[in-house]
Amino acid sequence: MKKMTINGMVVQVEDHWTILEACRFYGMDIPTLCYREGLSPGGICRLCVVEIGKGERTKLVTSCNYPVEDGLVVRTHTKRVIRARKMLVELLLARCPSSKTLQDLAAKMGVQRVRFKVKDEKCILCGLCVRMCEEQMGAKAIGFAGRGKERRVTPPFDIKSDVCRNCGACMYICPVCQLRCQGPEPPGVVCGACLNVEPVCLQDNDDVMCYLDTCGWCYKMKKR
Amino acid sequence: MDEDKIDKIIEEHRTDKSELIPILQDVQAEYNWLPQDTLRYIAKRLQVPLTDVFGIATFYKSFSLKPRGKHLVRVCLGTACHVRGGPRILETAERILGIKTGETTEDYKFTLESVNCLGCCALGPVMVVDNEYYGKLPPTKVEKVLHKYGYTSLSSGKGGET
Amino acid sequence: MNRRKIKSPSDLEKLRQEILAKRDPKKPRIAICAGTGCLALGARKVITTFKEELKKCGLENEVEIRETGCPGFCEKGTIVVIYPEGIYYLQVQPGDVPEIVEKTLVEKKHVERLLYTDPTTNEKAIHEDEIPFYKHQMRLLIGNNIKVDPKNIDDYIALGGYRALAKALSEMTQEEVIEEVKRANLRGRGGGGFPAGRKWETTRNAPGEPKYVIVNCDEGDPGAFMNRALMEGNPHSVIEGLIIGAYAIGSHEGFIYVRDEYPLAVENTGIALEQAREYGLLGRDIMGSGFDFDVKIFRGAGAFISGESSALMSSLEGKVGAPKPKYVHTSIKGLWNKPSNLNNVETWANIPLIINKGARWFTSIGTEGSKGTKIFALVGKVNNTGLVEVPFGITLREIIYNIGGGIPNNKKFKAVQTGGPSGGCIPERFIDTAVDFDELTKLGSMMGSGGMIVMDEDTCMVDVARYFIDFLVDESCGRCVPCREGLERMSEILNDICEGRGKEGDIELLEELSAVMKDTSMCGLGRTAPNPVLTTIHYFRDEYDAHIKEKKCPAHVCKALIEYYIDAEKCTGCLACLKACPEGAIAGEKEKVHVINREKCSKCGICYDTCKFGAVIIS
Repeated sequence: MKKMTINGMVVQVEDHWTILEACRFYGMDIPTLCYREGLSPGGICRLCVVEIGKGERTKLVTSCNYPVEDGLVVRTHTKRVIRARKMLVELLLARCPSSKTLQDLAAKMGVQRVRFKVKDEKCILCGLCVRMCEEQMGAKAIGFAGRGKERRVTPPFDIKSDVCRNCGACMYICPVCQLRCQGPEPPGVVCGACLNVEPVCLQDNDDVMCYLDTCGWCYKMKKR
Repeated sequence: MDEDKIDKIIEEHRTDKSELIPILQDVQAEYNWLPQDTLRYIAKRLQVPLTDVFGIATFYKSFSLKPRGKHLVRVCLGTACHVRGGPRILETAERILGIKTGETTEDYKFTLESVNCLGCCALGPVMVVDNEYYGKLPPTKVEKVLHKYGYTSLSSGKGGET
Repeated sequence: MNRRKIKSPSDLEKLRQEILAKRDPKKPRIAICAGTGCLALGARKVITTFKEELKKCGLENEVEIRETGCPGFCEKGTIVVIYPEGIYYLQVQPGDVPEIVEKTLVEKKHVERLLYTDPTTNEKAIHEDEIPFYKHQMRLLIGNNIKVDPKNIDDYIALGGYRALAKALSEMTQEEVIEEVKRANLRGRGGGGFPAGRKWETTRNAPGEPKYVIVNCDEGDPGAFMNRALMEGNPHSVIEGLIIGAYAIGSHEGFIYVRDEYPLAVENTGIALEQAREYGLLGRDIMGSGFDFDVKIFRGAGAFISGESSALMSSLEGKVGAPKPKYVHTSIKGLWNKPSNLNNVETWANIPLIINKGARWFTSIGTEGSKGTKIFALVGKVNNTGLVEVPFGITLREIIYNIGGGIPNNKKFKAVQTGGPSGGCIPERFIDTAVDFDELTKLGSMMGSGGMIVMDEDTCMVDVARYFIDFLVDESCGRCVPCREGLERMSEILNDICEGRGKEGDIELLEELSAVMKDTSMCGLGRTAPNPVLTTIHYFRDEYDAHIKEKKCPAHVCKALIEYYIDAEKCTGCLACLKACPEGAIAGEKEKVHVINREKCSKCGICYDTCKFGAVIIS
């Protein structure tokens, strides 16, 4: 067992856990996109970042693949972390506004605008389908090709794969394929149908006071 | 595709799957590009998933999945060459050959590519044709250099799409 | 060539004496640079012409021709040095060869026009150490390049090569070697600046066998070619360091990863390894010490990102050369999850020096935090471009003016970019900064691998930022969201600004993107990509404002924001620009004022370069 600090709480964690597993065990929600239990972590979307370290020497790391350490100090909802998560969601929305998963994340985090030119991609390159096909279905029919902005998920030579069994697992696990958002109508990008407020306490503190789902209750109390 | 030729290359690299990239380089040196059936064959012989082979072949700039011209013309677009007019050399070459960067002329004589720094930065702008380097190249000399390799004004025009 | 295996350090000394005995120091020798740079300027023809000419004069047995490594003064290639006098000829063309043979070899006189001429005093310099470009350098690593033929290991041995290896293997324990490197405080020369000795120690102490040592010659920074010169010009200097490191760490298998764009380096390294094996300096029981070690060369395939440590190791494993999203150091779990020590070419080349002369000597050079020398690739708007090797602590001014000879055409110095796409632009007011790892970082830039690009008043800083971001968009592996999406959006915004579509809020958005990219990118490429943008915004905000608010490019570079026109007063009607214009956009007749048709003008600038009367104006 190892001992570490999460959001000020000193906790015991299993040796083989990642920070994400430890946080979720203790009921702290960290948003993820390219992570699914049962598949190897991707480290791709970077939404699960948390701030580790003390004082001036802190840095952001992805909690899905960072192994727990003795004495590690972790904070899951700091100014830097929230700013990063919001920008990442904004970038992803600009790429793929038709994904309900992304729109829900945006709503939860209070992302209300997209300042980039909107594209209409149908894939966020999270790699879940590739990992699903390889690790769960043992087929390796699809993979990544190209690099940078030409990066895409495709079967070899962009034609139907010989080893694809049409199992549909890739579609099942895809955060974009799953649910199409009903919300955005051109020219809008952000759906905003289930909008949440930004944690107000961040105006005064470097850490959010409740890392469970933000509800704005403290703000309402303050206003009374 | 000549299976024997490819077998020889694979065996020279001890049929070791970690030598996939050098194997692809040698196969490309043989054919001047990477035909689809060679990649399928290599995947089979090395017992590497075809998606991995395809992923590697499309990740690196030096691999071409389309047939290339007899002469490979590369213009450097590194910072020093950029500051000294590298893009203008590229535009000139595009205009002379009648193709865009990354394309091959219809008669398959020339393929034009850009490179991100050849390491001759003090001699910008630099153009390489088949491993022969031309430094401090003024745009007016580009045509002359291409003539050396058999360029005639009939050579221009697009080609090379599979 | 028959080489016998060297069985002990004394055997090496014996061999060295034998080689020296066969060489007459007074025998005339023509050293011609056969590095990629000079070859691009026609060195091959110079070499063959020399061979023909010597034969014609019956001198082919009296005079030796040596094709050497790159000495770094690439601006003035092809470089030819006549020994034993050391007469240094620059910009030699095949047509100059007969004169050199006749005047210098036979009559022992100089060919004045091929000597270096000081641009202000018109004084001639005859020897290397009189030429300002070389005089102010401290060429510990690169100084030998002009003396060795990289394809002949005997040249390297004649200069004392492999003595450090002999010393390490026979007189020092593995721990002592590591201690010496730690005491020397050698920091990685590839960009990170991490203490090499500490990295070696971590690898040595990490559990697991086998251990690997790797030379990173994937020098992808545009504008940097230090590694090229060392690897193709004097590969043994790197190989010797690598073997010493392997011994210290306990590794028996090494890799030299050379980028695909350096075919001569691949060739010369291959030859060097073969010759080292023939002498028993690689392979089993090296120099009779009982230590086994050998090296394989691996060629890159055209990806800048493959130069990142974990990406490089991924390539070596036969996978895509992209960084691994892991949080364990490669020194502990690297190649095939085994302890692997990766260092840059220049870092390895420093090792024989440190072993030969000691850590104390090494630390006497440089500053508090940065010891030893560094090779920089000084390029751009500077008179003497090429490779300069200087001790840390020298100022930017000394490099740019004393060594570089200042800015050509009397233009004003504006900024110097260090560290390639991960670095930043340093403006004029910091030109007296001492160059060292920490000082450059304080200014928002970084040392990087050593690229140093000088910019003058005709350089648009927004265009520079745009250039680097566009480069990185092409080279990003594309795995993680902040880098892939962030770079693409930065490119959109910067291209918009350069093309006159910039708007209020763009700079703030760039800054916000930068902060998130720095915080969350998976690897160094994404984390440092914002540096050129942030430094140019910080130091050259006025240029950004001009582009966005006034739609003007003060440096007259951004095509969409400038117009070319012909000054009627200055135009002589010579038809020169008309003929040169590739778009046929200039109208005019002989001795009548020419006019540029704006619709057809592609702003290529050829007319501006062609006009001898300064009649083409850019506004």
